Amino acid sequence: MEIGDLRIFEGLSRELIAMRAAKEIKDGMYVNLGIGIPTIVSNWIVGKDVVLEAEIGMLNVGPLAEGENIDQDLINASCEPVTELPGCCYFSSCESFAMIRGGYMDVAILGALQVSEKGDMAGWNNPDRGFPEHVGNIGGSMDLASGAKSLIITMTHTTRDGRPKIVNECTYPLTAKGNVDKVITNIAVISVVKEGLVLEEVFPGLTPEDIQSVTEPRLIISRNLKEIEL
Amino acid sequence: MDKICHSVDEAVADISDGSIIAIGGFFTAGTPVHLIQALARHGAKDLTIICQSVGPGNEDISQLVIKGQIKKAICTYPFYRSATKGAEHPFENSVRAGKIDVEVIPMGTFIEKLRAGGAGIAAFYTATGVGTVVERGKEKKMFNGKEYLLELAIKPDYTFVYAHKGDRAGNLAYRKTARNYNTEMASAATITIASVENLVEPGDIDPDHVHTPGVYVQRVVKIERPQNFYPTID
Repeated sequence: MEIGDLRIFEGLSRELIAMRAAKEIKDGMYVNLGIGIPTIVSNWIVGKDVVLEAEIGMLNVGPLAEGENIDQDLINASCEPVTELPGCCYFSSCESFAMIRGGYMDVAILGALQVSEKGDMAGWNNPDRGFPEHVGNIGGSMDLASGAKSLIITMTHTTRDGRPKIVNECTYPLTAKGNVDKVITNIAVISVVKEGLVLEEVFPGLTPEDIQSVTEPRLIISRNLKEIEL
Repeated sequence: MDKICHSVDEAVADISDGSIIAIGGFFTAGTPVHLIQALARHGAKDLTIICQSVGPGNEDISQLVIKGQIKKAICTYPFYRSATKGAEHPFENSVRAGKIDVEVIPMGTFIEKLRAGGAGIAAFYTATGVGTVVERGKEKKMFNGKEYLLELAIKPDYTFVYAHKGDRAGNLAYRKTARNYNTEMASAATITIASVENLVEPGDIDPDHVHTPGVYVQRVVKIERPQNFYPTID
């Protein structure tokens, strides 16, 4: 579809996208949070009965460490010093990915550069960076996208210059094919189903047409369409 | 059995040009910086380095880049910044200039290839990377209606390990997230060199708490715990 005037809607801040994403995490879940907006989700699940996994090799990782609590042997995937929660345990990175690949993560929340109509996601390689297609920072993203029971993407709805990030087909190198279950952006919550992308929630004050104007594939409008609630 | 080396320089002295070396550490945690510094001093070149990253928290590996010792890097999160931003960094510049060949592997596959190399597993199937550039040139097979890629084991010539405690039999114990890749990398290599903060007597490490059995380790050297900094990864 043609995007005429590139419209940029502000909608939710990064912190509030993360807050909305945190609602997807229920008591009893094992969760892995990627870098970027997903990391902020950890602030909003304090007090929930969930276990965060750190891909470096830890279950029940606690909040960021400060001052005297900083232990140089205790960091997360973003190289930030973190703390322990009661009941935590350590294991190798190999074991960590055995858990991830083996399907033991109920939810993985990752950022992305693009998500397609079929639930493909691209996030590890931006060609604008000028590297060949096979060169970039993959890290744990492919294993997480492929292994988690439920994959949720948190991202801005458009690029800084207003181009859609929800596209017919991803043009950037893929992280995984067909695995995305839900996309939470600054202006919309979208479910990925066999038939396509279902618009479930919109930022208060915006219409489905507003969301469609900055989304490439034709959106299916949910019969229970409502406003994003935090 | 006495596997103790008296210095890191002694421990790396026989590393020849063209060696394949796995280096433990996840950014700043558990990275054997003293061994890497010794390798830079030693000067062996045309090296293939297998490590998470050449950049954030690994400025010592950058020394190998600057000195032109690296021919190829096998990494999982090689560069200093995220997918969207570039950075002025010796490794990134060397890759762009074609001076260093870089192979990027998904993290789970990366460490499982090393585990397989030390465990007599020639190859294994994983679903990670199906439908992406990672699948190029690889055999695919269906199991229970799902597609998997055939990935091959890696067996390095050397591994550099960082451990919290080690004894002269080569038994190692790690601390918290400084363990990360060290365990499986230690088992993979023909010659594993362990730098340890605490050199203890056999029996001091509780047998139930040995993370790397001594059979995998050929050389042990005592080092002083470094002070780490925390670079911005993204």
